[in-house]
Amino acid sequence: MKNKSLISISDYSRDDYMQIIELAEHFEKKPVQNILEGKVVATLFFEPSTRTRLSFESAVNKLGGRIIGFTDAASSSVKKGESLKDTILTVAQYSDLIVMRHPVEGSARYASEVSPVPVVNAGDGANQHPTQCLLDLYSIKKTQGKLDNLNICLVGDLKYGRTVHSLLQAMVNFKPTFHFISPKLLQMPNEYKMELEANGIKYYEHEELTASLKEADIVYVTRIQKERFSEPMDYEKVKNSYILKNKMLEGTKSNMRILHPLPRVNEINVDVDENEKAYYFPQALNGVYTRQAIITSILGIK
Amino acid sequence: MDEKKIMQVSALESGTVIDHIPSEVLFKVISILGLDKIDTTITFGFNLHSKKFGKKAIIKISERFPDDDDLNKMALIAPEAKINIIRDYKVVEKKVVKVPEKVKGIARCMNPKCVTNVEDNVKTRFTVLINNGAVDLKCHYCEKITDQEHIEIV
Repeated sequence: MKNKSLISISDYSRDDYMQIIELAEHFEKKPVQNILEGKVVATLFFEPSTRTRLSFESAVNKLGGRIIGFTDAASSSVKKGESLKDTILTVAQYSDLIVMRHPVEGSARYASEVSPVPVVNAGDGANQHPTQCLLDLYSIKKTQGKLDNLNICLVGDLKYGRTVHSLLQAMVNFKPTFHFISPKLLQMPNEYKMELEANGIKYYEHEELTASLKEADIVYVTRIQKERFSEPMDYEKVKNSYILKNKMLEGTKSNMRILHPLPRVNEINVDVDENEKAYYFPQALNGVYTRQAIITSILGIK
Repeated sequence: MDEKKIMQVSALESGTVIDHIPSEVLFKVISILGLDKIDTTITFGFNLHSKKFGKKAIIKISERFPDDDDLNKMALIAPEAKINIIRDYKVVEKKVVKVPEKVKGIARCMNPKCVTNVEDNVKTRFTVLINNGAVDLKCHYCEKITDQEHIEIV
């Protein structure tokens, strides 16, 4: 993976996922090392995403690297009308690797084609967010001890949620069984279901939340955003039907873990936080180890 | 029968005849093949009668033989086009267009939030997907699909 940009989860193979997971395990054991000394990582956030940015910056800082960059487009030359190409070509002169968040879909792929240094996509609009997906894989592997043959429930906005789409694409390599739980309006798009069918992977669709939880190894919850509904009434009808509450977890498997890409609003009730099956905060910490693994493997240090 | 219709437009000593072009895409075909920049004689028939399309167009290019890669670009808008290579007034080779695996800089991505529609000077790139006989384009950048019905030639 040396010098190769990471733009889309499909840029990596199953072997690459396993290599990143193994390396993340190494960083979890030894998160502070001085191996990025003298390296400069640019974090270009053309739209704010505090959580993702801090996770990347924590990853680099713990390894002794330096960070340059901006936290939103308003504080950069984009405001003066500079093209993305010019911004990237300039920043590439100052850095060894560019981490980029941008609201425009496909902007990261384009940046990787004009940039002389590797680019890591930290989210390009509704398109891809591959480091989130890799940290999800790491969290699944860590909590289940394996990635193969798992029963995975995806809950919430399955139509627009890029994290569930990327997770689905990555998990295709590991023969899972999927349960899709969402309101009718936010069902998993056909193109993803076709991909599962082409790979012989079973999936079931439900509108009701609790039924499939009992068999689940992983319950991955995403937020249902009001803006997704053209009719406010449609949102009102479903908004309380997809809230995970502690009492729904009775009778679920002991190895079951609940993941969420965060930020959470109300789709997981706070009474779940105390349950040992709640894993969304440790999941966020796993993001630091996973990003350490991604950055060092791209820079050819590990 | 084809030959007869070709004769209706005008005879060609040597060159390329592209037949069975739906009339409404004639000018797009001219632009895709760069025929507006050719310096030899080109004649075309427009709104000719066709059992298949109702109205069709024909292009006859004198002394020029576009290569297959160029001809295949037409597949997106004129998938049934037939190509005849003419030498000494005779058809010496017939070709059909083949849908290419990748297309670059021909069509527009239908996703308004795609970088190719937002940043200046980013050429579109697509992987061609055949879906139940229809041609869909998957954007190399935003990864969204532009289906045949929405394919717009740049």
